[in-house]
Amino acid sequence: MSLTADDVKKIAHLARLGINSQDIENYAKDLSNILDLMTQMGELDTAGVQPMAHPLDQTQRLRADVVIEENQREHFQAIAPQVENGLYLVPKVID
Amino acid sequence: MHNKTLTELAQGLREKQYSSVELTQFFLDRINQHQALNSFITVADESALEQAKAADTRLAADDNTTPLTGIPVAQKDIFCTQGIKTSCGSKMLDNFIAPYDATVIEKFNQAGAVMPGKLNMDEFAMGSSNETSFYGPVKNPWNLETVPGGSSGGSAAALAARLVPAATGTDTGGSIRQPSSLCNITGLKPTYGRVSRYGMIAYASSLDQGGPMARSAEDAALLLQTMAGFDPKDSTSVDTEVPDYSATLNDSLEGLKIGLPKEFFSEDLNNDIAAVIETAINEYKKLGAEVKEVSMPNLNLAIPSYYVIASAECSANLSRFDGVRFGYRCDKPADLTDMYTRSRGEAFGPEVKRRILMGTYALSAGYYDAYYLKAQQVRRLISDDFKKALSEVDVLMGPVSPSTAFAIGEKSGDPIQMYLSDIYTIAINLAGLPAMSIPAGFANEKPVGLQIIGNYFAEARLLNIAHQYQQVSDWHKLTPKGFE
Repeated sequence: MSLTADDVKKIAHLARLGINSQDIENYAKDLSNILDLMTQMGELDTAGVQPMAHPLDQTQRLRADVVIEENQREHFQAIAPQVENGLYLVPKVID
Repeated sequence: MHNKTLTELAQGLREKQYSSVELTQFFLDRINQHQALNSFITVADESALEQAKAADTRLAADDNTTPLTGIPVAQKDIFCTQGIKTSCGSKMLDNFIAPYDATVIEKFNQAGAVMPGKLNMDEFAMGSSNETSFYGPVKNPWNLETVPGGSSGGSAAALAARLVPAATGTDTGGSIRQPSSLCNITGLKPTYGRVSRYGMIAYASSLDQGGPMARSAEDAALLLQTMAGFDPKDSTSVDTEVPDYSATLNDSLEGLKIGLPKEFFSEDLNNDIAAVIETAINEYKKLGAEVKEVSMPNLNLAIPSYYVIASAECSANLSRFDGVRFGYRCDKPADLTDMYTRSRGEAFGPEVKRRILMGTYALSAGYYDAYYLKAQQVRRLISDDFKKALSEVDVLMGPVSPSTAFAIGEKSGDPIQMYLSDIYTIAINLAGLPAMSIPAGFANEKPVGLQIIGNYFAEARLLNIAHQYQQVSDWHKLTPKGFE
């Protein structure tokens, strides 16, 4: 399985990940090699095998539906790149 | 002082041979003296000395002290520390001061340990050589031209060079064990869920596990005692009693059944490393163990399964780094998409980008079943292989790494070669089992680690097995030249 430069651009867009244009060919080559490695799994018959998401097969633990966190907005926003009046600022989305 | 065990250091503090402030200053001086190793990202002189002063007060009053009170324990820079930078080895978090402590950090603080600083690591724990860190590669104290292994390479190098008496690491595919092996120290990856992941920056959530890195199994037992335990803040944490890890270190190994997975000893294994492992296993026979060969037929698919699962989980976990709430934001973004794309593009290194791209692809519509689902099924079969093998024997043993420390730059251009560095460790993470690396000898003057793999929550038994070997061997006591 091999990926083209266009494939890499499309995946990078989906991941919202900027990539320098001169690096795209290298990513395409590396990702194709990694995909070849992954394709080895296709040789194994896994029909009927239950997928394993958690090593101990645990399920999500639930807790009572009560508020346990205090409001720490100022504390958390102290490290934000840009805030105003308690809101995170991002470039304009709607004209 | 720097060659003392944690128990010896604790005894010295109680006998007033030195104060915690003196002890901390001693190690801070050693850290500053050996900056060329690049094992630390942040040295926290001021806060460490404050913690040491508090520890001295606690020791003088004999107030709620533990064996770690007043002892310096350095933290991998993946654990969030309130008020002190947590970079995770990335430009993305170069300006990040966490607003809270990770549970592991909280536990060390409660124990009265002193944190001299944050240790260098591969960017977001993605790497097997510590060359992907934004802060540059760490050097292996045994040979400064070589890598210390990764991703907990800073921890392993600092311990090997005796810059700190104890450290933490995290292990997603071998990141505690492989650097431990390459640097001649003792590292334990606990059972998945044994140590809280809260505040430990996530790479691959179903595989990541924090654990102790130390100079001996005895020291690792003390560290794990502090780190382990159920944490309601971590939804993957397992609610199981924590035993006294130091209490069983001296149990006899008479009748211990050791399994040797034949897949670990194929012709691909370097002869010099195989010879070291064989000698170590013979020592275990002298200690009363029985050895038998076992087989794990699906082990050859551990690397592809791991890289699908790890990449998929990393692409999801790292989506939080978007330049909105914390971390790096690009200059003058044109619009929202430009801000996300450029912030991530400018702040992530090539290996992180490679894995995000791989994970995004593997999870995308049309490929999910062929890659992600398949990898989860292979994972089940690998886990079943381990269950079967561990129903026949008490522990498994084998090499940790297919090579000793390699030259800086030797493998960094070839991701596949780098991924194969973890060929003997990765399957254990897929299964979620505990495993250790302990110093077992040298091949071409470079350290070789022996891997010991146990059943779920059998950390006490692993530490016992490692400690008994360290009673009849001196490998773990050797110090690299220039750091004696």
